[in-house]
Amino acid sequence: MTDRILAAFVPLVDCAVLVAAREQGFAAAEGFDLELVKEPSWASLRDHLCLGHVDCAHALAPLPVALSLGVGYLQVDCAAPFVLSRGGNAITVAARLFDAMQAFAGELTFAKGPAAAGRALAAVARRRPAPLTFGMVFPFSNHNFDLRYWLASAGLHPDRDVRLVAIPPPLMVETLRAGLVDGFCVGEPWNSLAVTQGLGCIVATQSQLFPRAVEKVLVVRTAFASAPERMAKLLRALSAAAAWADNPRNHSRLAECLARPEYLGAPAEPIEALLRGRLQLGGGREAHDPDLIFFHRYAANLPDAADAQWAYAQMVRWGQVAASTEGQARAAHTFRSDLYERSLPAPPSVPLRPPAFDRIEFGAGDLRAYLDQFDVQTPFQDTVAT
Amino acid sequence: MIQRPLRILIIDENAVRAAILEEGLRVANVDEGAVQVHHIRDMVNLLPRIVALDPDVILIDLENPSRDTLEQMFHVSRSARRPIAMFVDKSDSATVQAAIDAGVSAYVVDGLRKERVRSILDVTISRFHAFDRLQSELREAKSALEDRKIIDQAKGILMKQRGCSEDDAYVLLRRTAMNQNRKIAELARSLVAAAALLSLGGEQ
Repeated sequence: MTDRILAAFVPLVDCAVLVAAREQGFAAAEGFDLELVKEPSWASLRDHLCLGHVDCAHALAPLPVALSLGVGYLQVDCAAPFVLSRGGNAITVAARLFDAMQAFAGELTFAKGPAAAGRALAAVARRRPAPLTFGMVFPFSNHNFDLRYWLASAGLHPDRDVRLVAIPPPLMVETLRAGLVDGFCVGEPWNSLAVTQGLGCIVATQSQLFPRAVEKVLVVRTAFASAPERMAKLLRALSAAAAWADNPRNHSRLAECLARPEYLGAPAEPIEALLRGRLQLGGGREAHDPDLIFFHRYAANLPDAADAQWAYAQMVRWGQVAASTEGQARAAHTFRSDLYERSLPAPPSVPLRPPAFDRIEFGAGDLRAYLDQFDVQTPFQDTVAT
Repeated sequence: MIQRPLRILIIDENAVRAAILEEGLRVANVDEGAVQVHHIRDMVNLLPRIVALDPDVILIDLENPSRDTLEQMFHVSRSARRPIAMFVDKSDSATVQAAIDAGVSAYVVDGLRKERVRSILDVTISRFHAFDRLQSELREAKSALEDRKIIDQAKGILMKQRGCSEDDAYVLLRRTAMNQNRKIAELARSLVAAAALLSLGGEQ
């Protein structure tokens, strides 16, 4: 009987590698059936992974870090042996809020960058009687961390000056339409859909904030990682699928496939545009950046412990965990280049990443020194105040 | 110390399932002490409503997309009684498995007796299963009705075309179905479809 591997996913463009592995026959070529299970929320995906209902999952990069540390949930030993995508998120604000920002700052072109947009937002926010509300997808997500980072760099405290709420990606556009949020940080195609419906304008992309950042990883429980043959064929199929997904010749087919109701159930057009490095920002503006989202080039699939430590640093910065050397080491150990290299050839070289939008470099060596550069932080509270 | 009743909050968009669960929890927890069961059906303004109800246990459909919102609210909530996902307690993984299989997740405030939580969960699991059974019985009843309708139509066509009695038409249908190793309803469906193509039309 053919081996069957179950993978949970949330409908987003960055589940492309899993979809391609199944639909383009890369899993079949390795001799297994890849079955994809669509999840309504990150909480549901996490539960199914942790209880062994699926073998692996398409996960927010900080999720395995939080699980390994047992933050906000049961402690689960898990590993990320493969990076599924880099980039692909964006920050969108309501169309009317964007108008107010431009009234203050003049035209906010893509080239002006996230810092200018942040300053404009802060200026508008300070004149408002009530705090702005922003949506993000999960407490342990780049969406939460990127949004917080960006707000803080503009002088807005994400826990005091604004309200943050978690909303599953497919519901994001509706909450903007209903006026429940003033903006959000989410993965594609949900920003584009808000833009094409005239509801919102994109003010920053993940590729601008943190170029080539790890966005989604493949997560397995440690039990799965200890079956090297299954792991090897899974990673080989994913690597081939990732190379296929990165090739511009395949972008039309990939977009059509992702658009189908069993995957995203969204129009193919903005998905294909994004894959080709184009993004409608709203207000007649367009972004051109070949690295908006990608799946394979620049040694994209190789996990790096430093990226897990970046997520850990953000968790410390926002009071989700208390800083400790033991915690940091445990976090680092979730991104497993050793498991990758056991199944796939090591990339010949890993190119240096461009700097973050604020030019602050992340150094995993001295977390305290890194965090000391930021004025805006939220201390960890062990005992809950009443 | 005055024992206040245990407060259980059901968050479910499906009113029928919530009612079945609510009734089950009321009955089952009588021995263990008083319970108050509340039901929130729509997800608007969830947190203030939860805070106002101050529940000890929250039961929510596993597939409910509001779970991420709920968990983050609990996570940042600075209130004293912060409900946590039931799965945080590793000691009872069989119950957790059964709950997930049944399609329910639970959030429980700290300090509640484990046996009490388990008895609530057991009721919830069995009520969720009961609801599923009800659903599938309803589906079966519906399809039985549809089958009968289509078989009647097919009989009508045969009676008209062959000038035979209703009983003979049924025997013919059954024999043909047996010979072809198909279900009567299935055969009837193809016959009706073919008749429609050829515009023969039976009695409607």
